[in-house]
Amino acid sequence: MTVAETETRVPLEGFVGEVLKELGDAVIEVECCGARRGWARIDPERTVEVAETMLAMAGARLATATALDVRDGIDVLYHWAIEPQGVVVTLKVLAERPALAVDSIAGAVPAANWIEREMHDLLGANFRGHPDMRRLILDDSWPEGVYPLRKDFDQVRDRPPLPPDQTPPDVGRRERNAR
Amino acid sequence: MSRRTVVNIGPFHPLQEEAEFFQLYVDGETVVDVDVRISFNHRGIEKLDESKTFDQVPFVVERVCGICSASHPLAYIQAVEEIAHVEVPERALYLRTIVNELERIHSHLLWVGLAGHFLGYNTVFMWVWKYREPVMDILEIATGSRVNYANCKVGGVRRDMTREQLDRIAQVSDELLGPLDMLTRAVLDDPILHARLKKVGVLTPQAAKAYGATGPTARGSGVPIDVRRDDPYAAYDRLAWEVITAPDGDVFSKTVVRLRECFEAVRIIKQCVRDIPGGAIDAHVAAIPPGEGVGHVEAPRGETFHYVRSDGSNRPVRHKVRAPSFNNIPTFKASCIGQQIPDVAITLASVDPCYSCTERMCRVVDAESLRPRYTWSDLVRLSQQKTAELRKKW
Repeated sequence: MTVAETETRVPLEGFVGEVLKELGDAVIEVECCGARRGWARIDPERTVEVAETMLAMAGARLATATALDVRDGIDVLYHWAIEPQGVVVTLKVLAERPALAVDSIAGAVPAANWIEREMHDLLGANFRGHPDMRRLILDDSWPEGVYPLRKDFDQVRDRPPLPPDQTPPDVGRRERNAR
Repeated sequence: MSRRTVVNIGPFHPLQEEAEFFQLYVDGETVVDVDVRISFNHRGIEKLDESKTFDQVPFVVERVCGICSASHPLAYIQAVEEIAHVEVPERALYLRTIVNELERIHSHLLWVGLAGHFLGYNTVFMWVWKYREPVMDILEIATGSRVNYANCKVGGVRRDMTREQLDRIAQVSDELLGPLDMLTRAVLDDPILHARLKKVGVLTPQAAKAYGATGPTARGSGVPIDVRRDDPYAAYDRLAWEVITAPDGDVFSKTVVRLRECFEAVRIIKQCVRDIPGGAIDAHVAAIPPGEGVGHVEAPRGETFHYVRSDGSNRPVRHKVRAPSFNNIPTFKASCIGQQIPDVAITLASVDPCYSCTERMCRVVDAESLRPRYTWSDLVRLSQQKTAELRKKW
């Protein structure tokens, strides 16, 4: 990822600024630093270290994470809420193609366990070192390598066929009644 | 090494009557590990939203959950309003608060009833659900529906309330105080409930933080977090109310938090009805600029978190929904271990898990001809008839 040298730097002000300053040079780009919201991109090499720093802050908790299918890969957004200041700081990490992999923070932050599994299921982001990468959202019969929340997945065209034991019960009953 | 046995609860929970699957690893009677499987009814709402316009999405997300059907659209709408920098009219903020607090009352009462049911205390179940019914009725009178109120929109609310409706809401909330008081005392003074719920399923404040627990689950562990106070939305910063916490982290604490929150909700509603200003209810938002925003709302079960990204078109590029139970259910790893099997049933229920399985469809079909007895339009007609009758009654 490249940060344009000419880009004006967002001043780190207020409580959100303090939080981002605490993360030091792990932050490679601050996109927005408002009164109650912060958006920043962090060094993909240092996701675990950043997560540990965040969790250690007073009142901070991982609200959730969002994965986005973008041109260069999968963008993973960790949303940290800090109370009682009522601040949400979103830290972005890009999982670049073709590996689409970032380090898992589930070892350091238990709250990330399920959401990383969900992001892996639905968008195919890979989390290195996740303690329990089983399926969470998708059915066991869902084919490998098909990710329903990707932009190129079409709900009608790309929906995999149901396995034979999962055809809707209605069909069988109607046939029985017809007999 | 001792032998471990697996006790399966599910995939269809016998008590909660929802699709969820708990595997308890037990050593004798003691639970040593828990594994939870969810998503038997995943509906792909996030994907669906990408094909809806910004104005259509609230109707989809209120169907995420039949109980939190005011919180989800509000969280989404606040995320969109953050992108578009919308100034919402004051009256709309108060109307949002009223509907959200009525929702909190009926949701908490629903849980108290169910908790009684889980413990074999069916009198509580019957009573509480009786007192919950007037709340559902005023929601129907004011918004037109018992669930899925279709009340909020980007920039304001869709329907105004008349003075008579507001007064009726205040009156019904007021009438609720007596039964609430009776219930709270019945729970707090009952030695059987003390024996059954105290020191059961303890969630420590440290575990609550690590698992990102929210709402009454966190507040029952003495963690004073509440989005309504910390990141105020709607009209909460203009009203006097308190964040309810209880220190012990057990099921009893969570029950106390929920019951006492109902009193606070009544307090909030009465202030809203008293202070609501006149004026517009909609800011008339024309277009959503490119950008991204987050919105969070204190739903009855905890924080509902939504992320929306816009590329300047009329549809969201990405909409992420995180319901509170997604964070609260994994706390079982911390609260169930070391428990006896019978205690786990109520501990599993104590976070008020919501599996958003209201997507299931029910058809009434004639057994002979296989023709549906009621069509969609029949059901709409019946429900409109009922709303009209309710409105006539008062």
